[in-house]
Amino acid sequence: MATPEPTNTKKLQVRRYKPEENPKETYLTEETGLWAWMTTVDHKKIGLMYLGSITFFFLVAGILALILRTELLTPAQSFITADAYNQIFTLHGAIMVFFFLVPSVPAALGNFILPLQLGCKDVAFPRVNLLSYYIYVVGALFTLIAIFTGGVDTGWTFYTPYSATTGGNVMMMTFGVFILGFSSILTGLNFIVTIHRMRSPGLTWNRLSLFLWSLYATSIIQILATPVLAITLLLLTMERLLSIGIFDPALGGDPVLYQHFFWFYSHPAVYIMIVPGFGIVSEIISTFSRKHIFGYWAIALSSLAIAFIGFLVWGHHMFVAGQSSLANMVFSFLTFLVGIPTGIKIFNWLATMHRGSIDLKTPMLYIMAFLFLFSIGGFTGIMLGALSVDIHLHDTYYVVAHFHYVMMGGMVMAFLGGLHYWWPKMFGKMYNELWAKIACGLLFIGFNVTFLPQFVMGSLGMPRRYFNYLEQFQAYHQFSTIGAYIMGVAFVIMAIYLVHSLFKGKQASSNPWGSRALEWQAASPPSLHNYHHTPVIINGPYDYHKPMSEFQLGIADSHNGHDPHHQKDIETKSVEADK
Amino acid sequence: MAQPSTSVKKGEHVQHHFVDSDQQFEASKMGMWIFLVTEILFFGGLFLGYIVYRSWYPELYLMASEHLDVFWGAVNTVVLISSSLTVAMAIRSAQLNQQKGLIINLCITIALAFIFMVIKYFEYTEKFAVGIFPGGYYTYDGIAHDQANIFFSIYYMMTGLHGVHVLVGIGLMIWLVVRARKGHFHSEYYTPVEITGLYWHLVDIIWIFLFPLLYLID
Repeated sequence: MATPEPTNTKKLQVRRYKPEENPKETYLTEETGLWAWMTTVDHKKIGLMYLGSITFFFLVAGILALILRTELLTPAQSFITADAYNQIFTLHGAIMVFFFLVPSVPAALGNFILPLQLGCKDVAFPRVNLLSYYIYVVGALFTLIAIFTGGVDTGWTFYTPYSATTGGNVMMMTFGVFILGFSSILTGLNFIVTIHRMRSPGLTWNRLSLFLWSLYATSIIQILATPVLAITLLLLTMERLLSIGIFDPALGGDPVLYQHFFWFYSHPAVYIMIVPGFGIVSEIISTFSRKHIFGYWAIALSSLAIAFIGFLVWGHHMFVAGQSSLANMVFSFLTFLVGIPTGIKIFNWLATMHRGSIDLKTPMLYIMAFLFLFSIGGFTGIMLGALSVDIHLHDTYYVVAHFHYVMMGGMVMAFLGGLHYWWPKMFGKMYNELWAKIACGLLFIGFNVTFLPQFVMGSLGMPRRYFNYLEQFQAYHQFSTIGAYIMGVAFVIMAIYLVHSLFKGKQASSNPWGSRALEWQAASPPSLHNYHHTPVIINGPYDYHKPMSEFQLGIADSHNGHDPHHQKDIETKSVEADK
Repeated sequence: MAQPSTSVKKGEHVQHHFVDSDQQFEASKMGMWIFLVTEILFFGGLFLGYIVYRSWYPELYLMASEHLDVFWGAVNTVVLISSSLTVAMAIRSAQLNQQKGLIINLCITIALAFIFMVIKYFEYTEKFAVGIFPGGYYTYDGIAHDQANIFFSIYYMMTGLHGVHVLVGIGLMIWLVVRARKGHFHSEYYTPVEITGLYWHLVDIIWIFLFPLLYLID
C-alpha cells in the first residue's frame, strides 16, 4: 500500500472498434460438428449446451406439473394412482429446482455473457467449465435412472426418517443431486476467479455490470452452501447404505438435524435461484429505460447482503419441527431482514424507470411481469416468516403459491426476459416481436390464474402434496388447472417462434437494443474469441448520457495491460478516441 | 502479493485466454483456495454432527475414544506432517529448477501417504474384527452405552472421507511425477505442483483436527 513507487501511468493507444455487422466467422460457424461441440472449451458453446439441457428438463418437469394439475381437476382419483402422484410431485420439484432453476441463469446465460461483459476470451478455467457440464449430465443420468428404477416419493426435500426407509430408489436420486452439486460449485468457483482476474483494462469494480455483481453474489452462495448439501446427501446415502444412524432416532440420531443441514443449503439455494434474476432485471430495465441505473452501489451491495443474510434464515422452514421458541423468534426476525435489501432493489428499479424513455419490447415486458409477480411472492414470504401466521399456513397451498410466485414469477420471468434480451446476441437472429409479446401476456395471465387461487385455498386450509381434497376446494383447483394449461399454450407459442427465428429470423444487428453494456460491442453472434481486440473501458455499462463512440474503444495488442496487475498502467482519462 | 511482472512474453504453458503467465498462475491459485473453502464446508457438516452428538452424549465420547489407538493415531499424525514438509520441498525444488529434487520429494510424499493409508487399514480391520461397525451393523458390546454406534458412525464418516481425500492426493501426485519426468515443470511454470501442495496441506490440516477430536478426548 504505502510503497514509494512512482505512479507510472502509461498512455495507451486506443482506437475505435465498431462491432462487425453480419459477421462471416462466428462461434457458431467455427469448430462445428458433434465431436467439436462435445469437446469444446468455449464458454459460449458450453452455455448453449446448458441452455439446451435445462430447456429439456424444464419441458419434462413442466409436463409433470400438467399431469398433476389434470389429476387435481376432480376431488377423487381420476387417472393416476396416489403413489404415482407422490412420485410425480417429487420429480417435478426436484427436477425444477436442481436441474432447471439452479443452473438456469448462472450456467446457461451467465456462461455465455460473463466473459463477454468482462471483455476476456473465456472464463478462467475453460476445461473445468466443460467438466462442470459433464458432471451435470452424469448427475442427470443418475436421476433418470432413479426415475425408471423405482422412483422417489419423498418430496424434493428428502426428509428423514421417511427418505431413509421408503421404497423406490432414493439413493440413486440423492446421489444424482450430490454429483450435480459439484457442477454448481465448479461454475461458482470459475465465475469468482474470472471476475477477479480476467477483467479488461479499465473495468474497475464500479464499472462492473450489475449482472456480474449478481453472478458474483450467487457464486459466493454456491461455493459456501453447496458443499453442505453434498455432505448432507452423502450422510443420507450412507444412512440408506450402511444405516449409520446419524439421522435415525432408533439408533440415537436426530432427524431434525437433517432438516437443519438440508435447509442450511437449501435456503441459500433459494437465493442461488433468484439473485441472478435480479441481475438480469437491472440490465434490462436500464437498457429499455435508456437511463443510468438508479442507485448502482445500492443494487450491487444488496445482492451481497441477500447472499449474507440468506445464510442466517434457514430455521424458518422448521417453525413447526420442534425448534426452541427462542430459535424460532431469532429466525423469524432474521427472515424479515431479507425484505430490506430486496426492497432496496425494487425501489431502485422503479426509480430507474422514473422519467426514463421506456421502450416496452419483449424483454422489458417480462421484467414488468417480474416486478409485479415477484413483489407478491416477496410479500407473502414476509407473511410466512411471521411465526403465528406460519403455524396456520405451514404446509398448505399458500406456501406452494408463495414459492411459485418467487421462483416462477420471479426467476423464470427474469430468465425468459434475459433469454429474449440476449437471444439476438446468442444466435444473431431476431424473433417475432408480436408473437413474443402475446406469449408473454398469456404467460402472465396463465400464471396468475394458476397460483392466485392457491393463496386462497391455502389460507382456507388446503394442505399441499395431497392427492385427494374436499369438494369445497374444487373450484379453486379447477381454476388453477385451467391457468396451467394457458401457461402450457404460452410455452408452446414461445418454442415455435424461437425455433422459427433460428431459421427464418431477421438478421440481428450487433446492438439491437442500443445498450451501453460491453457484450453488445461484440458481433452478433460473437466470434470464437469474442473480441478481435482488447476492449478498454472508460465508461460504466449504464452511461446512456455518453455517446456510443466512447464505448467502442480497444487496443489491438492483447498482451497489454489485460489483468489487474496492469490496471494502474492505464490512465483512462487520457484515452482519446479517434471519432 | 502482487509483484509487478517484468516480462509479458507468453510461454508455451500459457493457455490462449490468459494474457501472461502471472495471470494464469494467480488465477489457478485463487481457484484452488476457493476450492479449499468448499472442502472446509464439506467437512464442516461432519464437524457439526460431531459437536451435536458430543453435546448429547458427552460420556459416550469419553468411553468410545479409549477404544481408538492413540499410538498409531500419533504415528499417522507424524507421517502426514512429514509429508506436508516434503510436498513443500517439492514446490521449492520446482521453483529452483531442480528436477531430481522435485521427483524425489514427490515420491517421498506419495510413500508417506501410502504408509498413512496402510496404518489406517490396520486400524479399521482391527475394529471390524471385534464388531465395531458403523450404525446399524454395530455388534460390539465392550462399551457400556446404548448409543455407542453413533460415535463410530461419525468416526468412520470423518476418517473415511479424509481417507478418500488422501487417495485423491496420491493420484494427483502420481500424475505430477509423470509430468515432472517429462520435464513439464520449471521455475517459470510449476502451477500444478503449487496447487496440489495447497490441497495436500488441507488434507493434513483436517487430520490435525481429527486426531485430537477423536483420539485424545480425555
